[in-house]
Amino acid sequence: MSVIEISCLEVWREISNYVDQDVAPELRARMEAHFKSCAHCKAVLDGTRNVVKLVADGVEYELPAGFSQRLYSKIKEK
Amino acid sequence: MGAPVTNSGLSQPELVRRACEGDRDAFYSLVRPCERAIYVAAISIVNNAADAEEVAQEAVLKAFKHLAGFRAEAKFSTWLIQITINEARLRLRKDRRHLYESLDEPRADEEGEYSPKDFADWREIPSEALKRGELRNALKQAIASLPPRYREVLILRDIQNLSTGETAEILGISQGNVKTRLLRARLQMRDALAPGIDGNWSSGKPEYKKVRPW
Repeated sequence: MSVIEISCLEVWREISNYVDQDVAPELRARMEAHFKSCAHCKAVLDGTRNVVKLVADGVEYELPAGFSQRLYSKIKEK
Repeated sequence: MGAPVTNSGLSQPELVRRACEGDRDAFYSLVRPCERAIYVAAISIVNNAADAEEVAQEAVLKAFKHLAGFRAEAKFSTWLIQITINEARLRLRKDRRHLYESLDEPRADEEGEYSPKDFADWREIPSEALKRGELRNALKQAIASLPPRYREVLILRDIQNLSTGETAEILGISQGNVKTRLLRARLQMRDALAPGIDGNWSSGKPEYKKVRPW
């Protein structure tokens, strides 16, 4: 079965949805075919996936020390 | 001030009922599991730790005051994050330093196309750099440099792991808008980080900036 070709521009527009597995099967097949033949878009895909993974794993916004106690104090005082 | 009293055995409706009657410990039991979420939501907008803590405190006090308006079928965390986001936006608007950085104005460019600016091959996440914290710092800088409307979506979706629907509800925008902003945020993050990935994270030298001056 042949799939209808898709442009790089269209691929970039959907690449974030693709990473989230939030594209229709038909579009998914066209994008998969495109990634096999386009090294640039494959690089963008890999990079986007890495961003999602890194943001989830690597960034921590630690609560400042004493945050909970200060918040509790605020709730109790007003 | 003693240590926080925990009422962890009680259900959410029971805690809400008690809090509505003025039981502040019951209210704190509702807030406690959301502390981190509201702090991160606040920092996604105000972009610094001290302001984020103040915003979180103000939001929690506001939530206590308006608890009667909380719908029993809603998720308390979603409601509280929503209040926090609104409080953080109020803070930004009051802050003259952000006079030229409107949250809502530059919507027009969301209609335009965003093209990746770098095609550096980036298949592996370099574990050595991650260990040394370089990549983590680069990540934080890249997130901080995003436009606020992209940053808040990235943080709610990719750090707090909220669904598209929940993110849309909290921010008061459509699900389509959430997806568009998330796409922009991720591609801009990739553009900011990819150049360092192909060898420069490990050396720690920002030489790629000379090669790719954006």
